[in-house]
Amino acid sequence: MTSPEPTATTLQTGSPLQTGDVLVDVEDVSLSFGSVRALVDVSLTIRQGEITALVGDNGAGKSTLVRCISGIHRPDSGHIVFDGTKTDFHSPEDARGAGIETVHQNLALVEDLTVWQNLFLNRELVRRFGPIAFLDRKRMQQRATEMVSTLAVNVPAVSSRVRRLSGGQRQAVSICRAAGFSSRLVIMDEPTAALGVQETAKVEELILRLRDEGHAVLLISHNFAQVMRLSDHVWVMRAGRCVGGRRTADTTGEEIVALITGAQAA
Amino acid sequence: MATATGAHQPASAPKRTATPSAQNAWAARLKDLGFWAEWAAAIGLVLLVIVFQALNSTFLSTGNIESMLVAAAILIILAVGQTFVITTAGIDLSIASTMTLGAVAFGQAYAHGWGLVASALVAIAAAGVVGVLNGTLIAKGKITDFIVTLGTLSAASGLALILASGKPVTIIDSFLLQLSVGGIWIFGWPVIIAAVVAVAAHVVLFHTRFGTHVLATGGSPDAATAMGISTGRIKIAVYTIAGVLAGLGSILLVARIGAAEPAANTAFLLNSVAAVVLGGVSLFGGRGTITGPVIGALLLTALVNGLTLLGVSQFYQPLAVGIVVVLAALMTRFQR
Ligand SMILES: Nc1ncnc2c1ncn2[C@@H]1O[C@H](COP(=O)(O)OP(=O)(O)OP(=O)(O)O)[C@@H](O)[C@H]1O
Ligand SMILES: [Mg+2]
Repeated sequence: MTSPEPTATTLQTGSPLQTGDVLVDVEDVSLSFGSVRALVDVSLTIRQGEITALVGDNGAGKSTLVRCISGIHRPDSGHIVFDGTKTDFHSPEDARGAGIETVHQNLALVEDLTVWQNLFLNRELVRRFGPIAFLDRKRMQQRATEMVSTLAVNVPAVSSRVRRLSGGQRQAVSICRAAGFSSRLVIMDEPTAALGVQETAKVEELILRLRDEGHAVLLISHNFAQVMRLSDHVWVMRAGRCVGGRRTADTTGEEIVALITGAQAA
Repeated sequence: MATATGAHQPASAPKRTATPSAQNAWAARLKDLGFWAEWAAAIGLVLLVIVFQALNSTFLSTGNIESMLVAAAILIILAVGQTFVITTAGIDLSIASTMTLGAVAFGQAYAHGWGLVASALVAIAAAGVVGVLNGTLIAKGKITDFIVTLGTLSAASGLALILASGKPVTIIDSFLLQLSVGGIWIFGWPVIIAAVVAVAAHVVLFHTRFGTHVLATGGSPDAATAMGISTGRIKIAVYTIAGVLAGLGSILLVARIGAAEPAANTAFLLNSVAAVVLGGVSLFGGRGTITGPVIGALLLTALVNGLTLLGVSQFYQPLAVGIVVVLAALMTRFQR
């Protein structure tokens, strides 16, 4: 069920979940930064094999929720159920281990490292000589080239430092990384924000492909046309609360806008 | 000089010709200040050698090369430790007093009849503990590197004074004597040990997962954390490496002077940072090499040695070192 699978990361195969089953269940999650209540009793679900969109104005709390799901923040209260078990992620490594890969809004790339080093960051391929493990640089470069070519975004050689990449190229690398590993849930926080028309189309294609391969995708986007085009379900956040959700097929762009601005109550 | 990429990028020449021939590429490189910045230490070393050799022909005599290399050994080991720390965007101001503490611990253990091996282990352990403490305070206590290691700088040298009651312990041991004067051809044992440390450090930094995580922690702690790297653990590890290497340095120091002294060794601290800066390692973290700081350490040693050979008063040496370091720091502004 996977796209290029560059690591030996354990893939939780044989998941009993069918398309449409709930993969992630966010239950009454709240999180404050000092006096800022970034998330207030947020509840929503993400389904297996679907593209779930999360929309809302700037500062609504979307990225903060993403960071809770991907293990960067721990909720003050409430909890997140992933594949039937209550999660207690202490670090992003726990979330990645469970199969959650994230394209963060701020990209999370190390500028001074190369493209391939970033793609394999903390998922490095090694060769063992007794107790010592050496990086398998060649194989990582090879695989990285393959990963990047699937996205077909114009990314320079994988041995270039990220510092030398354009905003769109960085975005592409970040997406490659999230899609490349055997993940169950791929979270994308505004993945096409910095991309040109052609690259956006490529990324949308990739998002659809991820879904078709059975991944769940959580897509955060300010582009309504994109949300209506890609998603199966839309959740709307306003001022730290999740104010409603709709099946994309049963709603209109106007209704979503009304929910976002508060003109319409859920 | 090895780069983190292992592949050299073409120089970022402002104007790109359509089909740059190899010659053009080289011309572009030579015009690129970044190229010079990256190789500042090596170029500086070559220039120094040429100048000193022209002024005094004994500079490149086998005997002098041999003694320069031995004199550089401890500095190379400290600079390697400092490189790991600085690559994570930290700094270890305590590295020299940690070495002093290690030397005193060695002297005390030896004086109490613990024997050579046990005393050496005590020295490394004592210095390693200071490193662990530095790392833990910085990673878990969330205190700035500068402040923590400034504190342990004072604490470690104070502890060394207390342990030694302010007095040096003379150590007469044939093995230690052999360590300081013996060797293979022009390479004394301390140099060989330093070379092994440097090669191992290079392998660790560029050919292991840990090394990549060190570079990532310095380059972007947020990105490293988001990818599941425990930057706290990496911090503790690099300070521990610096401490253990200071411990190793302390054994060579004791062997060299034949005594364990609670001396301040301030010059070692300044020169370890200077060697790293000369070596083109960014103080902001994220990019570093081992070759650079090793060449930096050689350059500083050659500078002091050459000035001494020329009969320049010792008073001028710190001034000369200072000028060289500031010039090197200016060069790093042009780094790619
Ligand atoms: N680390 C933090 N410390 C303090 N406040 C924060 C932090 N992260 C987010 N916030 C605050 O939480 C609120 C929600 O921010 P968040 O980044 O989740 O918004 P968003 O919905 O992703 O917005 P955008 O569409 O602009 O990306 C904002 O008021 C923001 O200032
Ligand atoms: Mg956001």
